[in-house]
Amino acid sequence: METGISSSYSDQFIAQLAGTLPFAHLRDQAWAEFTRLGLPAKKAEEYKYTPVARYLEKTGVWPQTTHSTIANLAGINGPEIGGQRVVLVNGKWNAELSTTHVVPGLTVKSLTQETPTLLGGVNGFSNDSFSALNTAAWTDGVYVRVAKNTRVGDPITILHIQETNSAPVQVHTRVFVHLEPGAEATIVHQTQTLGTHSAFHTVVDEAVVEAGSRLNYYKLQTDTGKSIEVWNSTIRQADDSHVDTFTLTTDGELVRNNFHIEINGQRCESHFHGLYLLQGDTLADNHTVVDHQKPNSFSNELYKGIMADKSKGVFNGKIFVRPHAQKTNAYQSNRNILLTDTASVNTKPQLEIWADDVKCSHGCTSGQLDEEALFYLRSRGLAEGTAKAMLLYAFAAETLETIKNEPLKRYIENLVGNRLHKNF
Amino acid sequence: MLSISNLHASIGEKKILNGIHLSVKPGEVHAIMGPNGSGKSTLASVLSGREEYEVTDGEVLFEGKDLLAMAPEDRAREGIFMAFQYPVEIPGVSTINFMKTAINQIRQYRGQNALDAVSFLNVMKEKMKLVEIDQSLLNRSLNEGFSGGEKKRNEIFQMAMLEPKLAILDETDSGLDIDALRIVANGVNKLRSKDNAVIVVTHYQRLLDYIVPDFVHVLYKGRIVKSGTKDLALELEAKGYDWIKSETAAV
Repeated sequence: METGISSSYSDQFIAQLAGTLPFAHLRDQAWAEFTRLGLPAKKAEEYKYTPVARYLEKTGVWPQTTHSTIANLAGINGPEIGGQRVVLVNGKWNAELSTTHVVPGLTVKSLTQETPTLLGGVNGFSNDSFSALNTAAWTDGVYVRVAKNTRVGDPITILHIQETNSAPVQVHTRVFVHLEPGAEATIVHQTQTLGTHSAFHTVVDEAVVEAGSRLNYYKLQTDTGKSIEVWNSTIRQADDSHVDTFTLTTDGELVRNNFHIEINGQRCESHFHGLYLLQGDTLADNHTVVDHQKPNSFSNELYKGIMADKSKGVFNGKIFVRPHAQKTNAYQSNRNILLTDTASVNTKPQLEIWADDVKCSHGCTSGQLDEEALFYLRSRGLAEGTAKAMLLYAFAAETLETIKNEPLKRYIENLVGNRLHKNF
Repeated sequence: MLSISNLHASIGEKKILNGIHLSVKPGEVHAIMGPNGSGKSTLASVLSGREEYEVTDGEVLFEGKDLLAMAPEDRAREGIFMAFQYPVEIPGVSTINFMKTAINQIRQYRGQNALDAVSFLNVMKEKMKLVEIDQSLLNRSLNEGFSGGEKKRNEIFQMAMLEPKLAILDETDSGLDIDALRIVANGVNKLRSKDNAVIVVTHYQRLLDYIVPDFVHVLYKGRIVKSGTKDLALELEAKGYDWIKSETAAV
């Protein structure tokens, strides 16, 4: 059944929040932009497969962030990979549950303690409802800074926990990562909603990757609760920097990732990987932008999806190669497997290339599991379930190849293996 | 060992096998020959359990068990192996890894303990020598970027690893040069014993110079129209298939 968003829902949503936020200058502008835009309308091109407002309307009223009293991390199977662990509960930094220790050159603190001047300068909010809403309404978040030539090997894990035991929650989280020249860091985000009510969670995260630095960046969207998540992530790269990203989405009611890599430097390398393994009714939408603004850089984007049950995948991959960005190598690939007739995927590559001396390619496919390969493996004595799992795991594993941190890699391989019933 | 009686099979509306009778005993090598479209590969496919073929009549017993009721994996576990005419390429799955899983699932089916890593490696090294295949090939994604000869050698390597009671070689000679053909045939010959049997499906006689059959059967329009010894294969090589067709038409 088609339920349209009533035109007034967006207004109600705004009215509910109006006048309640601790506005600073930026917040005022962002709030003005959000009230101008409202929630994305039903026909909004950028959200046509992902009607966030309709999902929000199903729950109706979204109280603002409520204080949570969770005392421990029972029920949270976050990665045990050492390093720093920041726990945000309903968007607030929870010091008791967080584990941080002093590493020379590394700053990990709450954005309420220190707000970098560049905040909002990397991920803008004009013409984007959720960036604007988040910029106006965020209450807490994480600020990571790595000093010049400091290489931090152990990961910095940020657990986003929404506690919804008594009511739905609305949480707006902000993250800012700054790698000074020659620095390195590994950031791991993971999400989980506890309780029976719904959570509406927006994140805006910005990363400044200065010359010669290296960012390893992972999102593990494994939230098995009733969550509606919208992420706006922007990474800005300077000369000779290296970025590896990997986004895993396995659960949630709706997950929308707006992910933007701005290659504003020469001789950069960017590996932009994603894997969505969906089941039930989950809708996951990856909207990605790779923007080559300077010459001589390399980017490789690889997103893969396996959709079961009635799940829906969406991929939109934009590559821009600006007029001065000669000698750019930019590759994009999106591959999908549909396991049922009721699962679906919409995939759309968009390349806009203004430079003439570049190498770019893109490809997208969607289809079923290869029956011939399945028969081949079974004819060697493999049970049908094992053969399927083996083919699906092999398909998915290609996206994990760039993950360097071994404990993290094993943790992610485990998440993927469990979802795909790997038993070999 | 294998007893096929009055086997009829079709794909969609098209009838391809029209009453095959064939009996194979341990230690024997049978060659199935015939012109294109006679049903040779269909017979191999039906025996290995390919699901797109529908068996409309007849019976196949393997060591007394109803083969047609078994899933493809259970046929393999009972001891049937098919070397594919066109081995598939599977990115991300190495021959070694999937063979290890296959062998242990087969062993489990037979009530045997799983092979540990060391024993598996020892068996593998021994079989690699047998079929003259390099380990680097087996570590790579299955058949991906392999030459025609490498793919077929990989098939025979898998056959060596699984030690089937009945091996079905489906046009294993297609696409092979003479050296690759010799290596593949040598591998098969080394695996022959008084306890196992081989069915060689081929269009040409040349493979049979290397794998010498005890019986040669000519398939035409979905039936075995002539059976004989290896001399029949030579006769077919010399005279082609036309005399068989006219002989059949005259009946």
